Amino acid sequence: MIGASLKRREDPRLLTGRGLFTDDVKLPGLCYAAVVRSPYPHARIVAVDLEPARRHPGVVAAFAGADLAGRVRPLPIVRRAPGQVAEPPAVLPLAVDRVRYQGEPVAVVMATSREAASDAAELVGVEYDPLPAVTSVEAAAAEGAPRLHDAFPGNVAFVTRLEGGDAERAFREADVVVSQRMVDHRLVACAMEPRACVVQYDPFTGKLTAWFTTQRPHHTRWFLSRLFGLPEHRVRVIAPDVGGGFGSKGPLYPDEAAVAFCAIATGRPVKWAAERREDFASTVQGRDQVAHLEVAARRDGTITAVRGTITANMGAYLYANTAAILPGRTAPMLPNAYAIAHVSLELRGIFTNTTPTGPYRGAGRPEACYYMERLVDLVARELGLDPVEVRRRNFVPPDRFPYETATGLVYDSGDYRAGLDKAVELLGYEEARRRQREARQEGRYLGIGVASYVELGGVVGSRQAAREGSAALWESAVVRVLPTGAVTVFVGTCGHGQGHETTFAQIAADLLGVPVEDVAVVYGDTEVAPMGFGTFGTRSTPVGGSALALACRKVVEKGKRIAARLLEAAVEDVEFERGRFFVRGSPQRARTIQEVAQAAILRFALPGEEPGLEAQAVFDPPNYTFGSGTHACLVEVDPETGEVTILRYVAVDDCGRLVNPLIVDGQIHGGVVQGIAQALYEYLAYDDNGQLLTSSLNEYAVPRAHQVPVFETAFIETPSPVNPLGVKGVGEAGAIVAPPAVVNAVVDALAPLGIRHLDMPLTPARVWQAVRQARAARGGGA
Amino acid sequence: MVRIRVTVNGTAHEHDVEPRLLLVHYLRDVLGLTGTHIGCDTSSCGCCTVLLDDHAVKSCTILAVQADGGRITTIEGLAQDGRLHPLQEGFWEKHGLQCGFCTPGIIMTACELLRVNPDPTEEEIRHWLEGNLCRCTGYQHIVEAVRYAAERMRSQPAAGQAPRAAGGAA
Repeated sequence: MIGASLKRREDPRLLTGRGLFTDDVKLPGLCYAAVVRSPYPHARIVAVDLEPARRHPGVVAAFAGADLAGRVRPLPIVRRAPGQVAEPPAVLPLAVDRVRYQGEPVAVVMATSREAASDAAELVGVEYDPLPAVTSVEAAAAEGAPRLHDAFPGNVAFVTRLEGGDAERAFREADVVVSQRMVDHRLVACAMEPRACVVQYDPFTGKLTAWFTTQRPHHTRWFLSRLFGLPEHRVRVIAPDVGGGFGSKGPLYPDEAAVAFCAIATGRPVKWAAERREDFASTVQGRDQVAHLEVAARRDGTITAVRGTITANMGAYLYANTAAILPGRTAPMLPNAYAIAHVSLELRGIFTNTTPTGPYRGAGRPEACYYMERLVDLVARELGLDPVEVRRRNFVPPDRFPYETATGLVYDSGDYRAGLDKAVELLGYEEARRRQREARQEGRYLGIGVASYVELGGVVGSRQAAREGSAALWESAVVRVLPTGAVTVFVGTCGHGQGHETTFAQIAADLLGVPVEDVAVVYGDTEVAPMGFGTFGTRSTPVGGSALALACRKVVEKGKRIAARLLEAAVEDVEFERGRFFVRGSPQRARTIQEVAQAAILRFALPGEEPGLEAQAVFDPPNYTFGSGTHACLVEVDPETGEVTILRYVAVDDCGRLVNPLIVDGQIHGGVVQGIAQALYEYLAYDDNGQLLTSSLNEYAVPRAHQVPVFETAFIETPSPVNPLGVKGVGEAGAIVAPPAVVNAVVDALAPLGIRHLDMPLTPARVWQAVRQARAARGGGA
Repeated sequence: MVRIRVTVNGTAHEHDVEPRLLLVHYLRDVLGLTGTHIGCDTSSCGCCTVLLDDHAVKSCTILAVQADGGRITTIEGLAQDGRLHPLQEGFWEKHGLQCGFCTPGIIMTACELLRVNPDPTEEEIRHWLEGNLCRCTGYQHIVEAVRYAAERMRSQPAAGQAPRAAGGAA
């Protein structure tokens, strides 16, 4: 079953409208909450008047920050960034003295209908004393800038360095130095389902039951317990069907905590579902780094060193996962697929009056890949070399694995040249160059972009966790064989579209030798799912799937012992293959796993062995996994309109072993489109005063079906030695590598005009402007 | 309050509603048909798409009172007698959905496409879906799913019938 493109088990209910998303949950007596948010990016809260809201018909309760003091703790921040200047600023469910970003929750109103809650929320009177605001890292770090948090002068959340080798010497000895300022701009995850929660608290049983659009139900349960002082074993968090997340549904949010408070304070169940505008302003936003980097290279294109500064915009607060992104992902992954021996980086996180940033598909790795892939192309251009050849020369060779990078990571396995070779072959690179030359003679601008990547996944084993300021994120699984031989599998990951109900069943079916229809996969409910850390960071299959594999192995081991007794053989002589235990050399002396299960549970009479056929296993990975690949595209740029058309897009990816190739394809497509979106369409804009300008889908250009190309995919497989399945995961790869693939192509197209670099997104306006300026600089010629 | 009469998935309904009640809230909250989803507040995403008198409409942009007298089909009304509609089959075969949140809206939009254009090209499908956003799939498998359904419906015309209007109250 592993390796089969099975149709998904999730689909029948989702296709017929029978999925259960959080906003679909109905409870008797359900109330609705509306959140009052700051319209100012930075202000003192002078007074909050809840009375008009409380008097509105249908209103059950209304609360502001002062009402929560002493009853709710600030949201816990577990991670500590290396070089963090002070204890992270408290994140309160409802702001008390000050608001620091437009959209920060200030009050919550609970009513018996959506309309009453919404109407009453507008009646809450908040008096603000506006303060000056800063939105860019440059403005926030400048002399005299308003300080967001008292303990963080200059708005510096953390500052740290990453050093490896001897960069200074490498730069002294370089034949050529190439430098570039690059921006990896801010985006929103924009999962199609806005955030929502339903919280029910029974004061007589002391039990809190909550449905959350979360990627991490156990984490959410733990946080709720700490926030409200509730016994953790009386808190139940359920992630029902969740409509996408891409990292943004990891944190427990202040507004969600405020809604939970409503349920606890009133004893009545309450639902909150974000409007899209709210979701834009309050869900963690992605990326937003500025890098000043330079690489040292030899004349033959070998890159020896990279150094510079990378500054990340943290937004107004540090959330649970924010701190790791730059120092734990971007900086260590900057060497990408290349054997660059010397690294010297300064890394800063800066607070600004914008929505807090957090993980968004790739979480720090797209930034690293973008910087390095642009720099490689710039080196190639500087030296007059083919960018494909420069990559080949710099790749970590296939015989050097496990490979320790200058940044302290150990890449598990990979064949980067094979991926690149396949990508250029599929694209028809030589033919594409020929077409490009012909097109140039006709005054048309075709461009070819190639980008390679290594994706850090399988986050994060206990050995690596400390370096990123994180707790260890292992996984556990329970495999329970029932009397009829049917199997239920329980895992601690929490899929939200990735098809785990199908792929994990495939894994268990393979290892237990049972039909895949006989395996049910359960996750997302803390009441039954074993402890785990959820789905993000390309971890579910490498870490969760591996825990599942280990639990299956334990079941098979126990099955052998029981089968040995049933077959009256020595356990060492019992083999297991495709669902049958048999005596080596006498295959007719056999029992199926179904027979063994029935015996183990119902007809048990085996001294020295416990009844039942189930097992739990935990997997603490010894390392990250490192998927890799190369994407290549052919674009045409219209100099008169600035429009970019992607004519062909080829993706070659190595995610180790594939469990379900059709699902892997889907992950690549979806990630690539988000990457293309960053390169060409999406841009989350604040004005200098902290006003969010792109606050709805009318302004923020999530691409539509006619704006993205057809993708040609191919795979190579270098299994990972890090886990029992050999899988690396693939969820984020497309979003990591597509932006530089596209940007490299556009810059390549415009090279004849002398254009060397353009910041994303390459909207028609930007491209057209760049073309005009380039032509003017050259005296108006084409 | 205003009285409306609508037929939804072949069943007649009669309710008194507030004039400002959106059709999508009527379907989800009053009728309990939660298969139609809400993904935005600017009519941009298409998650709420249903068929109103055979036309794909964004139910977040229609008031329930505007639908008075209309015949509505939601995602729940597509499968007949336990058999999936060819579009549902196509999306299943071709992995045309991941999280599933946008899927009902996309399928209902595709329903109208295949009614007016039984053999759409790739480009025609992509342009027809202009009003629908998907964040998970990258659209390619969606296009393949619609082409699969189109071919099934051309070769087996009975498979793609919308529910016949039934008499009687809810």
